[in-house]
Amino acid sequence: MTTTTEKAIDRFRERAAAEGLLDVAYASTDSPFGTLLLAQTPRGLIRIGLPNQDPDGLLEELAAKVSPRVLEAPARLDEARRELDRYFAGELRDFELPLDWSLSHGFRQQVLQGIAAIPYGETRTYTEMATGAGNPRAVRAAGSACGSNPIPLVVPCHRVLRLGGGLGGYAGGLAMKESLLALEAQRQR
Amino acid sequence: MNALPPFQTLLDRYAQDVMGLLRGAVGRSDAEDAFQETFIAALRAYPDLKDGRNLRGWLLTIAHRKAIDHHRARGRRPLPVAEVEEIAEASAEPLDEPTPGDDAWEAVAALPPKQRAAVTLRFGSDLPHAEIAAALGCSPEAARRSLHEGLRKLRKELA
Repeated sequence: MTTTTEKAIDRFRERAAAEGLLDVAYASTDSPFGTLLLAQTPRGLIRIGLPNQDPDGLLEELAAKVSPRVLEAPARLDEARRELDRYFAGELRDFELPLDWSLSHGFRQQVLQGIAAIPYGETRTYTEMATGAGNPRAVRAAGSACGSNPIPLVVPCHRVLRLGGGLGGYAGGLAMKESLLALEAQRQR
Repeated sequence: MNALPPFQTLLDRYAQDVMGLLRGAVGRSDAEDAFQETFIAALRAYPDLKDGRNLRGWLLTIAHRKAIDHHRARGRRPLPVAEVEEIAEASAEPLDEPTPGDDAWEAVAALPPKQRAAVTLRFGSDLPHAEIAAALGCSPEAARRSLHEGLRKLRKELA
């Protein structure tokens, strides 16, 4: 790619946003766990890809489920990147970013919204999340809602554990879940 | 389900081809504007695209139409005086890719529309005959003829 073409692409990106054609903007960002993919719609942050998830696959999924007008636009993710950086540094407890919930529906979305309300440094069980979403017996469904969380970290599914304290699962791997809980426990003191 | 790839893929793969075609068709100084027009039009229409199999051909067809629009608009208004300076400035940029001599592209720009399109698609964008035909909306035979006729005129012009 020549520099003139790159400049032309930059200008195109700005114009696409100005004309309301940028349905999904994305960028990658560094984290202590590896590269994250951040994607946002005009409504808010819609997807975070964890380091062990294939970014191309996630972008194709967004193209199919949200809109194929998916463009790399790092400047539009500045706010999300800033909040995540501060979170990893232990300086931010509550995310203030607007979120786009449209990738989850029904019971799953209720569970995820419950998770979004778990305070920093605290944990809940899958059973509590199922109960909070109105169906105490749907523990397994609550677990799979956590597993399919499109916006991990910001919707802190790492704060949900098994009854009795077992770690349960995590899309980014259990080591990452443990580190996040340790980070929050440390800052809590 | 709609299996169109993320639009970013089109930029990554074909932006250079589109720029190449437009430089050939409208000249270096106007290629940037035509590039914006092309990709904005493509992005606008993209979600409604029914067939995602030949995205390169689709983009180059839009680029070609934008180049024609550009020449039509050009034909209706007098050439601005600044034009000369713009061109001088544009060609003073370091060339970061091999481009054919300016004389050749000027001669290409002077060809009738179909021949010009066939020549720029073939040599500016390196498209095979079948894709040129698809981009121009004609048969491969007709595309071949336009290309042949365009090249014949160019040889005479540049000899």
